[in-house]
Amino acid sequence: MAAAGSVEADARGDRRGGPVVKATGLRLALQTAVLMLAFSVSGQAQEAMAPAKGGLEAKLEYCKTCHGLSGQGYLGYFPMPRLAGQQPEYIEAQLRAFIERRRTNPIMFNVAHVLSPSMVTALANHFRNLNPPPFGGAPRGAIAAGKKIYEEGLPESNVPACSACHGAEGKGQNEIPRLAGQVYPYMVGQLTGWKQQRGHGTAVDTSAVMAPTAHNLSRSQVEAVAAYVSYLK
Amino acid sequence: MKRIGLKTAILAILASTVSAISSWAGESAAVRNCTWCHGAGAQGYTVAPRLAGQRPEYIMSQIRSFREHARNNPFSKQYMWNAVAALDPYTARDLASYFASLPPKPANDGDSALASRGRTIYLEGIPEANIVSCYACHGPNAEGVRDIPRLGGLSYSYLKGRLEQWGQGYHSTPGSPMPMVATHLGPEEIEALTSYLSFVR
Repeated sequence: MAAAGSVEADARGDRRGGPVVKATGLRLALQTAVLMLAFSVSGQAQEAMAPAKGGLEAKLEYCKTCHGLSGQGYLGYFPMPRLAGQQPEYIEAQLRAFIERRRTNPIMFNVAHVLSPSMVTALANHFRNLNPPPFGGAPRGAIAAGKKIYEEGLPESNVPACSACHGAEGKGQNEIPRLAGQVYPYMVGQLTGWKQQRGHGTAVDTSAVMAPTAHNLSRSQVEAVAAYVSYLK
Repeated sequence: MKRIGLKTAILAILASTVSAISSWAGESAAVRNCTWCHGAGAQGYTVAPRLAGQRPEYIMSQIRSFREHARNNPFSKQYMWNAVAALDPYTARDLASYFASLPPKPANDGDSALASRGRTIYLEGIPEANIVSCYACHGPNAEGVRDIPRLGGLSYSYLKGRLEQWGQGYHSTPGSPMPMVATHLGPEEIEALTSYLSFVR
């Protein structure tokens, strides 16, 4: 939360060169301005792509190439997570984690390091408002077992209920991600490979909670939880 | 007259190569109908891409796209729409798995001076210009996965044509992100990428 706030403050500071006042109103005005600019540029984009290249619209297309045309996720050589409906603070926090190598992913490192703070905010707000149906495709056999783990945890294995942080409907909050509708192989990959990919930031980010939790889940328990949340809307 | 003689000779060579690999395919008129254009051992020939080593799900999805006229570039219209019109789904599946099983050879027809630039774009994209990493979907060695095609070793001229055609508004598989990818690629990036890919084994 604090870190996400400071990014916004930086963005505002750059533009105004002064202290932060009437933050919400200003932020809204700024976002509206950015959006209007992006749309006016995209109107001319049919003729010449060049002016749109730095714009929000072009960057959104870039994101959606891999993350699904409606942000619903996609299966490339690697599974690409759903961004639709995702918490903006989570998206911002993860983009920072890629840059600071707390989350290991060479592709996303390259993607993230050219994004300005104001672009990150605009992208995150766009994805928050998308609501396509879940990507689907997960095996259905273990959904009931997954629901039980999600709602009650596994006290004998020191696994807390997922719903305690991610919410009963899997919508997440602030830096805690939405899991509802998340792509199944992506979820399985993250939970089984947590330590290698996301275990470097346990001192500073929410990985402190998830690293031991993921470690305490067996493969079949991971698959059950992943299948359950992948069908949540 | 001379042309007919040449074609017969090619056909004879084809038939003998192919039959050495698979007895089913060797006898199959369906395979010969493909390799007539797609080359001996299905290694590709001018505008007809290599099918050897291609992902079977991709071959099937493209056959479907030709049949439904979704893949609509000029050569597809001229050749492939008719070529698949009478192909039943079982034969299509057998052909796809047969061609997928043939060992692919790289075309090696790109500009080797551009290959290292192409490799960088393939792996990293150009984030500043909204050019995505090809690697994310097509894999570390351009081997493809499921219905995402293998690109490694396909000919420079074929790949270049495909990338240019997406930018020109031709379609392939419904829902494919490729038209969006291609609109951001300039001629220089296309040259580099396709050169690199032509050398990948």
